[in-house]
Amino acid sequence: MWARMTVGAGGSVLRLRASRDGLLRVAGAGCAGKRQQQRQASGSEAALKKTPLFDFHRQQGGKMVEFAGWSMPVQYKDSHIASHMHTREHCSIFDVSHMLQTKVHGKDRVKFMESLVVADIAELKDNQGSLSLFTNDKGGIMDDLIVTKTDQGYLYVVSNAGCADKDSAHMKARLAEFKAQGFDVDLEFLDEALIALQGPAMSKVLQEGLKEDLSKLTFMTSTLATVFGVPGCRVTRCGYTGEDGVEISVPQSRVVELTEKLLTNSEVKLAGLGARDSLRLEAGLCLYGNDIDETTTPVEATLVWTIGKRRRKTKDFPGANIIVPQIKAKTDRKRVGLVSAGPPVRQHTPILSPDGKVIGEVTSGCPSPCLKKNVAMGYVDAAFAKNGTAIQVEVRKKAVPATVSKMPFVPTNYYSG
Amino acid sequence: MAMRAAVRCLSAANFSSRLPQLSSAAQLSATRLLWRSGSPRTLSSTSALSTALKFTDKHEWVQVEGGIGTVGISSYAQEALGDVVYCGLPEVGQRLEQMEEFGALESVKAASELYSPLTGEVTEINTELAENPGLVNKDCYAQGWLIKMTIEKPEELESLMDQAGYDKFIKSLEE
Repeated sequence: MWARMTVGAGGSVLRLRASRDGLLRVAGAGCAGKRQQQRQASGSEAALKKTPLFDFHRQQGGKMVEFAGWSMPVQYKDSHIASHMHTREHCSIFDVSHMLQTKVHGKDRVKFMESLVVADIAELKDNQGSLSLFTNDKGGIMDDLIVTKTDQGYLYVVSNAGCADKDSAHMKARLAEFKAQGFDVDLEFLDEALIALQGPAMSKVLQEGLKEDLSKLTFMTSTLATVFGVPGCRVTRCGYTGEDGVEISVPQSRVVELTEKLLTNSEVKLAGLGARDSLRLEAGLCLYGNDIDETTTPVEATLVWTIGKRRRKTKDFPGANIIVPQIKAKTDRKRVGLVSAGPPVRQHTPILSPDGKVIGEVTSGCPSPCLKKNVAMGYVDAAFAKNGTAIQVEVRKKAVPATVSKMPFVPTNYYSG
Repeated sequence: MAMRAAVRCLSAANFSSRLPQLSSAAQLSATRLLWRSGSPRTLSSTSALSTALKFTDKHEWVQVEGGIGTVGISSYAQEALGDVVYCGLPEVGQRLEQMEEFGALESVKAASELYSPLTGEVTEINTELAENPGLVNKDCYAQGWLIKMTIEKPEELESLMDQAGYDKFIKSLEE
């Protein structure tokens, strides 16, 4: 028996093998495509990067795996399903310190960032954030990110660990161009730790350690705060589980202390990449490298909503000349949700029409712990993209009935105030 | 198919007490005969083997009793896999070569192919697992068994690890 495992969080894919040699080994991660994955697989495992919580994870029984060049916990002592359900019913802490945190300074910071991403950052209110996409000149998605327009004179950007090198190089290259043109903008790459506290019990748990009123911190807004006595934290009401939650950017030196304090509340448990992947899939959220990449456009990926209305008119983001016309003209393929019974549907599973013709491929899939049926997403020919369309998936050479389904599969629980 | 399945089940009489054992005698003895003629050396260890587990390096176990092998996965494997939510098992009557893929166990995070520890024919599958796949985690050496099979080449047992050898193997993996 060997286990092939696909887990992801925040933008990479990894394969974990309980292979013939039995070693739990990850065969690749990252958004740079297969070549990159293979190179990482053969790379030295000793050279894996560690977050400031690495020793803590091990003490807590975390099973560490390679993820995007980092050693990260895939789960702790609880089973994957128990951890998943705990997050949906109570709340969990995820270490997401491997993600790239960047501050964009300078009075031309909005213009700079809008030259890279599709969001209308200018229209964001102070301390409001938005999911956005780095796009390339061909209209492909280079990474997804969250950009927050803080009232502290900078933009706060969080992007995927698997794309960190690519994103920082991309931003630096554009920075050089901007500086050459005399614009006032600067980049600061943060070494802060980042933890996500996710689940319906989050606000009750966190409020005990927070002076600020969490009922005023709505979904996709952010504030600086002292959290359980740890000053200099940035608390942003967001996450990637579909639940109410926050991400807390915290100085490295105090992240273990903060995590320990949160864990004293019996509502809180640690959760790893395994639960993070099944939670985000139930919430219909894309995993960079699986569900979106440089070969998919925002329109194909049904992420048109991330493109600011003004930006569609001004067409001044990379690839706009390809992406904007697609909004009206439609695309040949489209990202859809799929639901099925029987054998689980995984990445690369062929999607078939009712008469057996290949019409697409699954990009992520797993048995849903909440729904007790298989959920997946993938790209299909546009003719089959309508919700409710009966299609098939080919699992282990057998065609299994499936239905195109709206996402999220499990209703989201974001706090809108 | 149901008919066929029922007949095949009988050959694993020792494991399926709810079925009448009477009519299985012919097939059972035929299998025994085959085994006898196959490898006397194995036979000498048969009595000792009748309750002992043998392991593959892919973490399947097989236990031989009455000429029939019961197959499952090891505790190490079920732990690595996590909560099993779906068991893809072969049909009764399917013939398997040693180390041939015969199905898959699936958890939320992983798909794990199963490999036949021996050459033979599937005589029974654990139908309980359709309703309760978690038995593989709860009780991998008893209620969580996967398939039963005939043993065409008893000498293949020699190539598998005994419990002590497997424990050592696992230890070497964890180092």
